[in-house]
Amino acid sequence: MTETVTMAPPAAPVAEPKPEARPDTNSIFRHARYVMSENPVTGFAFALFALIAICALIGPYIVPYDPLASDTTATLQPPSVRHWFGTDQLGRDIFSRVVVATRLDFVIALSSVALVFAFGGLAGIAAGFIGGWTDRIVSRLADTIMAFPLFVLAMGIVAALGNTVTNIVIATAIINFPLYVRVARAEANVRRDAGFVQAARLSGNGEYRIVLMHILPNIMPIMMVQVSLTMGYAILNAAGLSFIGLGVKPPTPEWGIMVAEGAANIISGEWWIALFPGAALMIAVFCFNLLGDGLRDLVDPQRRT
Amino acid sequence: MLKPPAPPTDSGHSVPLLDVRDLTVEFATRRGTVRAVRHVNLTVARGETVGIVGESGSGKSVTSYAVMRILDRAGRIADGTVSFSGIDLRAAPENEMRDLRGREISMIFQSPRLALNPIRKIGRQIEDVLLQHAQVGNEMVAEKAVEMLDHVRIARPRERYHAYPFELSGGMCQRVVIALALACRPQLLIADEPTTGLDVTTQKAVMDLVVDLTRERGMSTILITHDLGLAAAYCDRVVVMEKGHVVETAKSEDIFRAPEHAYTRKLMRATPRPGVGLRDLLPEAEAIRAPLPAPAARPAAETPLLVVDGLVKEYPRQGAAMSKWFGGRKPVPESAVFRAVDGISFSIRRGESVGLVGESGCGKSTTSMMVMRLIDKTSGRIAFDGEEIGEIPARTFARLPLRKRIQMVFQDPTDSLNPRFTAARAIADPLLRLGDLPRSKVRARCEELAGQVGLPVGLLDRFPHQLSGGQKARVGIARAIALKPDLIILDEPTAALDVSVQAVVLNLLQDLKDSLGMSYLFVSHDLNVVRLLCDRVIVMRAGQIVEQGPTERVLVAPAADYTRDLLAAIPHPPL
Repeated sequence: MTETVTMAPPAAPVAEPKPEARPDTNSIFRHARYVMSENPVTGFAFALFALIAICALIGPYIVPYDPLASDTTATLQPPSVRHWFGTDQLGRDIFSRVVVATRLDFVIALSSVALVFAFGGLAGIAAGFIGGWTDRIVSRLADTIMAFPLFVLAMGIVAALGNTVTNIVIATAIINFPLYVRVARAEANVRRDAGFVQAARLSGNGEYRIVLMHILPNIMPIMMVQVSLTMGYAILNAAGLSFIGLGVKPPTPEWGIMVAEGAANIISGEWWIALFPGAALMIAVFCFNLLGDGLRDLVDPQRRT
Repeated sequence: MLKPPAPPTDSGHSVPLLDVRDLTVEFATRRGTVRAVRHVNLTVARGETVGIVGESGSGKSVTSYAVMRILDRAGRIADGTVSFSGIDLRAAPENEMRDLRGREISMIFQSPRLALNPIRKIGRQIEDVLLQHAQVGNEMVAEKAVEMLDHVRIARPRERYHAYPFELSGGMCQRVVIALALACRPQLLIADEPTTGLDVTTQKAVMDLVVDLTRERGMSTILITHDLGLAAAYCDRVVVMEKGHVVETAKSEDIFRAPEHAYTRKLMRATPRPGVGLRDLLPEAEAIRAPLPAPAARPAAETPLLVVDGLVKEYPRQGAAMSKWFGGRKPVPESAVFRAVDGISFSIRRGESVGLVGESGCGKSTTSMMVMRLIDKTSGRIAFDGEEIGEIPARTFARLPLRKRIQMVFQDPTDSLNPRFTAARAIADPLLRLGDLPRSKVRARCEELAGQVGLPVGLLDRFPHQLSGGQKARVGIARAIALKPDLIILDEPTAALDVSVQAVVLNLLQDLKDSLGMSYLFVSHDLNVVRLLCDRVIVMRAGQIVEQGPTERVLVAPAADYTRDLLAAIPHPPL
C-alpha cells in the first residue's frame, strides 16, 4: 500500500488531501484510470467487456464464414486452422456462430435488465419511500415471484406467451424483479428521512422530484452492482431457455441452442460443438460478475476525491 | 514547538505507566503518505488522568489508536517508541497485544450504542470479557457481571443483566461500556470522546463515574476530547494537540490560567463560557474589527411573526395496534399514544432570536419539525404572520409560496447535503424551485450567497465530501438564506463543528440576522451557545415548557429546578 505514493502526480503536494479543482474534462478518465490501477481485476473485467461489446457490435462483419451456411463436405470437423472452433453436424463454422451469437444474447440480457431496472427500481423506490400500502403491495408481489423456482417460472411465462425473443426478455425481467425491488426499497428506505431529503422539501421540491432528483442518483452505485450481477444471470437464463427449446429457434446462432445441439455429440467424441459456445457463455457471465465492483467505484462520487 | 514531557506528578513512581516517545503515524492515501501524528511525546503516570485536547484532525484519536495498535490497514507507526509498564507495545506480537487490550489497557469509544452488540444481553457481554481474559471461573461469572453493573451505578442490576442495548438510554449504554472496559481491572483506560452525543446532565454523571471508579482503583486515564471545559474539570494534566503535533503540555490549572501556546489561547477564546460576548470568541484581531451592533429597540405591541398555541404531537405507542387486533397477552399501557409535544405555547417576534433548549427526547426537534411544516400536528395552532399554517398538510406545504419564508439549517451538515450535488447546486436548489430568478442569474446569486456566508467561490463546484465540516455548514446556511426567509429554524447548527469553527459560524449567523432582518428559532442543548445568540430562551422537558423568559434572566436567575440542574451540569474551565 505504501507504493501509492508514486500514484500522486508529481506536482501535487504530498500531504494536501484537497488540491484545487482540476478541469472536469479529464477527471473522469483520471478517475477510471485510478479505479483500474487500484484493482487490476476491474481492468481485466472491463477488457473482457470491451471484447464482448466488439463482438456484439461488429461480429457479423468480421467472421470468416456465414454462420448459417452449411457445408456438407466439412461436417463435424475438429478445430483446425481453417475452422478455429471446428464445424457442427451441418458443416457450419462454430467460431463464426459463437461470435455472431454474442449480439443476440447480449441484446436479450441488456434489454431485460433495462426493463427490470426501470420497473423494479422505481417500484422498489416507491415502496421504500412512500411506505404503507404501496410498500405492502410491491413487497408482497416480489415475495410471490420469489416463491416460484425462478427458471421454471421463466419457462412457464415463455410457454404461455409464445416462443419469441420479446417474451424471453419479458420473462427474464420478471424473474429478476424481486432482486431490484428489494435492493431499491432498502436503499430508498434508509434515505427517506435523511437530512438532504428534508432539505429538498424545504427547497420546494415535490415528492416526485425528490425521488427522481435526490433519491435515485444516490442509490445508483448500488443499483449498478445489481445491474452487473443480473446481466450475467440474464444471459444464463436466456441461454438456458434456448437450451431446453423454449426461446430462440434454430438455426439462429445462439449459445444455448448451440450447447444443446452439441450435447448430443459429446458422447461420440465431438466435444468442440458444445464446448466453445459453453465457454463463451461462461466468460460472459464471469465478466459481468467481475464488473460489478468496478462499476460501483466508477459511479460513486465519494470515491472521486 | 515541542516541549519535553512534564515529569510525572506522582512522586511514588519514577517510571511512568505509559511512555510514548517521538511517535509518528503515517497513513497511505490516494494522494500519497499523510503524517497524522508527528513526533508526539506523552507520558501517563500511575493514577494520573491526562486529557488530550484538540480539534478534529489534530491526531488525538490516532495517537490513542497507535498506542492500542488498532490503526486501520492504511495506517502504520512510522517512528518512535511506545512503552507500557516496561513492555514495548510497538514490537509486541499481535497475540500478546490482544491479551493486553481489555485486561491491561481498555478503551471507551464515542458511540456507546455502536460499541455494544445489539443482539446480546448486556450481562452476557460483560461475561464475555471476563471469560476472554480468564478473570473468573464459569460458576462465578454471572455474579461478577451483576456486580460490575452495580459498580457503574445501574439501578436494579439483576434485572438489567437481561436487558438488550436498545432497551437502555444512551447514558445507560455508556455505563455498560464503562463496565465492560473496567471489568478486568485494567491499569490504563483510554476514553475517546466518551460523552459526545450525551446530554449535559448525563455527561456529568458519566464523567463523575469514570473519575470515581478510576481513582478508587488507582487507574490511569487518558481522556480524549474536543471540550476544553471537560478536560479542565476532570484531568490532572492536559496535552493540547494541533495538526499532529503536541503544542502544549501542562497541569490543567496552569494551562487555563496562563496558556503558553497561541493555539491553546485561540482554542480557549473560542470556547463559549459565561461572561463573554459573541465577538469575544473570535481571535483578537477579528474581534476588534467587527463590533456587535446594539440590539434595536422594538415596539412591544407589534404582532408576533410566529404564534404557537397549545401545540400537541402524539405518536401511537409501539405494539398498541397489534395488541388491539390480537388481544395481546399484556394489556395496553396507560394510554395507546405517546405525547412527544404536550401542549406548548410560545411566540417569536420579528427580528428576534429565541432559543429552544432541552435534553434529547424533550420534544424540541418535534416542535421545530411541526413549525417547519415537515410533519403534521395532532392539535393546537401554528400561526405564521397571521396565517394558520398549522392547518396546511405537510405534504402540500413544499410547493406553497409560504415555503419561501420559513427555512431551516440542519444539525448535521454532512447528512443534510445531497452527496451527489455540488455546493453550487445545493445552494441553487431552493432558487430553482421556489425563486423567481431567471436560470441565467442563478449562478451569480449563488456566488453572492457564498460571499455572504464566507464560502470561497472556488469551492462552489466541489461535492460535500470534498468540503470540511465548517464549509459544509456554510453551504447549509447559504441554502437556508437563499430565498430571504423571515424565519429560520437552526437545529443545533454547530453541534458537529469544532469550537473555533463554531465561533465563526455563530458570529456569521448573528451578522446575517442583523443584515437580513430574520428571526431565529435556535434549537440546542448547549446553554452556553444559546446564551450568546438568543434574546429569549424556552426550556423544555418531556414535551412541556418548564420555563421561558429573557436569556439573561433564565440563565442567571433560573426559576425552575430543572434549568438549575442543566446549568450546574456544564463543565467550566477553572478561570
